[in-house]
Amino acid sequence: MIKERLSADAHEAVIGLEIHVQLSTRTKMFCGCELSFGDEPNTHTCPVCLGHPGTLPTINEQAVRYALMIAAALDCDVPSRNEFARKNYFYPDLPKGYQISQFDRPIAVGGRFEGVGITRAHLEEDAAKLSHVGESGRIHGSGASLVDFNRGGTPLVEIVTEPDIRSAAQAREWAQLLRETIRQLGVSDVNMEEGSLRVDGNISIRPGGSTRLGVKTELKNMNSFRFLERGIEAELARQRELLATGEEVVQETLHFHPEDGTLTPLRSKEYAHDYRYFPEPDLVPVAPTEEMLAEAREALPELPAARRERYVNEVGISEEAATRLAFQTAYAEYFERALAAADGTSAKGIANWVTGELVASLRDAGEEDPLGSKATPEALAALAGMVESKRISHGSGKQVLAKLVAEGGDPEAMVESEGLAQISDTGELEAIVDAAIEAEPEAAEQVRQGNAKAAGRIMGAVMKQTQGRADGGAVQKLIREHLGS
Amino acid sequence: MIDRDQVLHVARLARLRLSDDELDRMATELSGILGHVERISELDLDGVEPTAHVIELENVLRPDEPRPSWRREEVVDPAPDPASGSFRVPSPQA
Repeated sequence: MIKERLSADAHEAVIGLEIHVQLSTRTKMFCGCELSFGDEPNTHTCPVCLGHPGTLPTINEQAVRYALMIAAALDCDVPSRNEFARKNYFYPDLPKGYQISQFDRPIAVGGRFEGVGITRAHLEEDAAKLSHVGESGRIHGSGASLVDFNRGGTPLVEIVTEPDIRSAAQAREWAQLLRETIRQLGVSDVNMEEGSLRVDGNISIRPGGSTRLGVKTELKNMNSFRFLERGIEAELARQRELLATGEEVVQETLHFHPEDGTLTPLRSKEYAHDYRYFPEPDLVPVAPTEEMLAEAREALPELPAARRERYVNEVGISEEAATRLAFQTAYAEYFERALAAADGTSAKGIANWVTGELVASLRDAGEEDPLGSKATPEALAALAGMVESKRISHGSGKQVLAKLVAEGGDPEAMVESEGLAQISDTGELEAIVDAAIEAEPEAAEQVRQGNAKAAGRIMGAVMKQTQGRADGGAVQKLIREHLGS
Repeated sequence: MIDRDQVLHVARLARLRLSDDELDRMATELSGILGHVERISELDLDGVEPTAHVIELENVLRPDEPRPSWRREEVVDPAPDPASGSFRVPSPQA
């Protein structure tokens, strides 16, 4: 048993994602009703999006344009023709008895984004919103549902990835990079809580090193990035447990419950996967012209991936910092403004302050938008400069930043008024280090015997004594000299 | 050939209730239609683009300009069971 469990733990996660992106066009995919969110139910409908007999859909030009922009951003090929198809199933959120989608001829195929293959991207219409009313308020066991067709017919692009993702954390990170890129395109609000970005996971596990795919399950209802990661974690754990106990994974769709982290199978809609797709006879094919493709390419802003490359190659910061900045646009803009204001301070230094201490300070203060912070990019640049030129210690810099975030102001003046100037003078430090060694005899002995880590206790004592103003590098050097490690 | 079970399956998907007589008749008629399609399939169609549409048109697109929606009462009131400005339906999961 234990042996089997171990081998099950050695299984590799194989994850593909399906991402639904609601396009922020003005009107619906196939009719002129305006898109809305949060309006009174059924105030944005017409006979077309209600599926009345005799009505005909017409393709929203802007939705096609947006889909082509997504295709370009994900490095997809755009086939010469794409076609719409009917996906047939009965459900109250679908008034026609079918969804107009794309099947064997999608608008985009074969792309790649941040190390993950893109199988395809296609256009379709969103379903209506169902609210279940009934004794429990939950889906199961409720008696009746209310249908609101405002959302019905909203243009969607569904992006399907290859099963290239290997962990829940990677799925989350990748989805965040994708969201930021689509946000930059300006084609969607990409808000997971409001459902304008929805991510489902196809999840299986297989023995490490195997290239065969295991039986997969489909995971739904992960309406935040945190839940996406937690949901996939939970499902991977469930599958590993099944295999460990000699059971089999059954292909099914699972619903994630964020409240308690549990998974329940969606009662299989009978025959639900027998969609009997066929070409939509009411719509003619779309054949993207050279002009349409060129227009889509030209409409692309500098995408996060390109911005990262520029930061690494031209600005000279690390790939990690560049990724963190480029994929959080507000921080990227903050960084660029700080860089422009910097007086000789290195880009690396500023990038470290923005991605490290600023992110942390804003989080502590419960703020989200760095550009709206009282700590201006100019002030941060000045602060980073003072630390880099060793006028103040890193620790003092953090104190100043916390104050900047809370009150704003001029970091130079703060350093003056609070007497934060760094103590780098060896003579002055020497006495403090001596005292610290005396106060920490045990740690000192450990350092003498070669345990360099123990020096941290002495360093801590020095910093406490100087309220963080001591030059850390100089202190370290002095400790080494005194204790001969 | 389409047998009675397949007719039942398709009827269920289409939410149709068929009598025994109708089941047999549909099995015969659907088999005839499929037989015809099979005959067409015998043609050598290598290199021929599938016809998605009989009209030789493409890129019929609509500008993204809003048109007035219908008033809520107009669309909801005629429904069998309107409630709170919505269409009330039996819960699909019940």
